[in-house]
Amino acid sequence: MKASWVAEKKSVETSLVSGAELFIQGLQNENVDVVFGYPGGAVLPIYDALYKAEMKHVLTRHEQGAIHAAQGYARVTGKPGVVLATSGPGATNLVTGIADAMIDSIPLVIFTGQVATSVIGTDAFQEADIVGITMPITKHNYQVRRAEDLPTIMKEAFHIANTGRKGPVLIDIPKDVAVKTAKIKENSDIHLPGYQPTLQPNILQVKRLNEALQLSKKPVVLTGAGVLAAKAEKELLCFAEYHQIPVAQTLLGLGSFPADHPLCLGMAGMHGTYAANMALYDCDLLIGVGARFDDRLTGNLDHFAKKAIVAHIDIDPAEIGKNIQTEIPIVGCAKETLSALNQTAGEKGDTSDWVIHLSTYKSEYPLTYKTDENELKPQKLLQILHEVTKGAAIVSTDVGQHQMWAAQYYTFSAPNRWITSGGLGTMGFGFPAAIGAKIGNPDLPVIAVVGDGGFQMTLQELGVLQDWELPVIVVIVNNKSLGMVRQWQEIFYEKRYSHSLLDIQPDFVKLASAYGIDGKRAVTEEEVREALTAALSSKKPFVLDCVVTADENVYPMIAPGKGIHEMIGVRG
Amino acid sequence: MRRIISATVLNESGVLNRLTGLLTKRQFNIENITVGHTEDPAVSKVTLTVWVEDDRKAEQLVKQLHKQINILKVRDLTNMALVSRELALIKVLTTPDTRSEIKMLIEPFRATVLDVSLENVTLEVTGDSEKIDALIELLRPYGIKEISRTGVTAIPRGTQKKVLELHPYSIM
Ligand SMILES: Cc1ncc(C[n+]2csc(CCOP(=O)(O)OP(=O)(O)O)c2C)c(N)n1
Repeated sequence: MKASWVAEKKSVETSLVSGAELFIQGLQNENVDVVFGYPGGAVLPIYDALYKAEMKHVLTRHEQGAIHAAQGYARVTGKPGVVLATSGPGATNLVTGIADAMIDSIPLVIFTGQVATSVIGTDAFQEADIVGITMPITKHNYQVRRAEDLPTIMKEAFHIANTGRKGPVLIDIPKDVAVKTAKIKENSDIHLPGYQPTLQPNILQVKRLNEALQLSKKPVVLTGAGVLAAKAEKELLCFAEYHQIPVAQTLLGLGSFPADHPLCLGMAGMHGTYAANMALYDCDLLIGVGARFDDRLTGNLDHFAKKAIVAHIDIDPAEIGKNIQTEIPIVGCAKETLSALNQTAGEKGDTSDWVIHLSTYKSEYPLTYKTDENELKPQKLLQILHEVTKGAAIVSTDVGQHQMWAAQYYTFSAPNRWITSGGLGTMGFGFPAAIGAKIGNPDLPVIAVVGDGGFQMTLQELGVLQDWELPVIVVIVNNKSLGMVRQWQEIFYEKRYSHSLLDIQPDFVKLASAYGIDGKRAVTEEEVREALTAALSSKKPFVLDCVVTADENVYPMIAPGKGIHEMIGVRG
Repeated sequence: MRRIISATVLNESGVLNRLTGLLTKRQFNIENITVGHTEDPAVSKVTLTVWVEDDRKAEQLVKQLHKQINILKVRDLTNMALVSRELALIKVLTTPDTRSEIKMLIEPFRATVLDVSLENVTLEVTGDSEKIDALIELLRPYGIKEISRTGVTAIPRGTQKKVLELHPYSIM
């Protein structure tokens, strides 16, 4: 047995294989189970190898769809999403998704074809300098110059994408490199002297935070996507419960702490809850975990956590002190750091008054909206979604008002069920991301909550639902407008609705039917309930076009330039 | 404030592009930049002079550079005891009357004359940037035709006195 294994290994070592075959082997070594892509001239050799290897490949209808699908896949599986596109326009069509993955720290390994090395730099047909173009929006990128370098580069790329602060890594493969043969080197060990993420926290800083916790009367934890990326939810729960610290989440951190927990304050930031934002305003100790204090969260920095000692736990040292002055900097993985904190926890501070105070805020100023018998309120729609799916679905959203309503009203009690484009705010993200999520996690129902505007940016991916009979449910929150733009124009531009009203719309149900997909238009709560229940049990793709109140606004809201305590519309 | 930052980078294609692109993206203004090989051919040394608003910005710059996969080491040399040098080539207009005057003038700067023609001389001067600035100011009245400066390159001194203002980043 052993002898034959050695023999086999030897024969592999000496055999010559093409760059394209090395590519397939590289994917297999990383246990890649699906590639999202779109073919073209420069990747023909690679597509030929894919064909022979019977690697699962999802052909989207646009490269943007492929990369957002890979993002959705990565968010629910924790594995890097893999994308393949051709040179030139294929590669540039990925740019939005790459930027999106970069700013939201989503692990991707992206392969682009390139013109042959002999003509690079000559403005050859379908040549684009994708390495140059994506340099500021990738964690790292490569151009493969020799086939024999591919195995090492792939190993490095997967390692870089999914360790430290995760992110997209791009590998550009010239056509001739995919064709040329090379000897495989066994054990292409990787050596990255310039990349050694710090996972273990500095004990001294951990000690300082423990000491600060003992003295604090009004601590608050703010959790971001870093907690999810590190799978540190249990450690977080233990930390918060032990010290009795209320927990607020960023938009991307939803699901990191159970929404139904008494210590949960909900989402903070521009459309966050009163309790979460006031906690950040008033606290004497702010502990950020895997969150990067971006401007949509903090509001005007002059009013953000001004009375607090700030402790910041992040795997990326560059995030610490970037936006806010930090007294206790802790570089480390959220999981390792929280468990170090838990293990060395000293005496607890007395937070009881603070917890009661914030609970009063929670009950006195809950998220709210005006109900109307005759109309389907978008907030109610999201509540019905939660009710019918028992809160157990994976929800992927697009960008706009519906995204904020989903964040507010589809409360998450488990991690990795929330997929949204946070940092870049990419319209067109939600639907293809849901496709990737369904492929990554076929067991849970997957719902794409999209606006009537954003859905039209990537709805060609209905073709993928049809193709794979993927039971993704598309819920269109149809307000016949670019709602979030309309809201800002209403509030800040005296209702001058410049190019934000979508009076002309396709018939979304017919559109679905053109792809062989069932659909329904719903105008009442009852219709939504019925259609959703049926769609969930049918295990087939479905498009539900929900006609909601057209001029509904998202509240509460922190207007641009205002402090986190200056919310408007707190009472709905 | 002016900062002298030194970065040790892998000598790979694109690394300089990444480095300067990053500075542009983060709104740092590069005053000058020098690049060259080190004792290890796989490694290059980049020396940057950058203007930043405050210490926090400087720290942010160092950390952002450090984050790049092909940047091995980043040091803010500003507050260290260091040896820094820049080289400048200066072409000055001359007349038969001024030629010897200029020769006298450059002597304390240990500048050398590299090229002489009827209308001008080309000088080479090495030193810290202030010294070069001073020489240029002195030569300006004669008419400067062209200047080419290399930018600063620097290296910390072998012995560092215990400098209190040396600001080690606690978390790096
Ligand atoms: C690609 C892209 N273009 C433009 C925007 C700016 N933008 C943000 S929200 C929004 C309106 C979205 O409208 P819709 O998809 O109908 O969702 P709604 O806000 O109505 O829920 C726009 C245009 C964006 N975020 N992304």
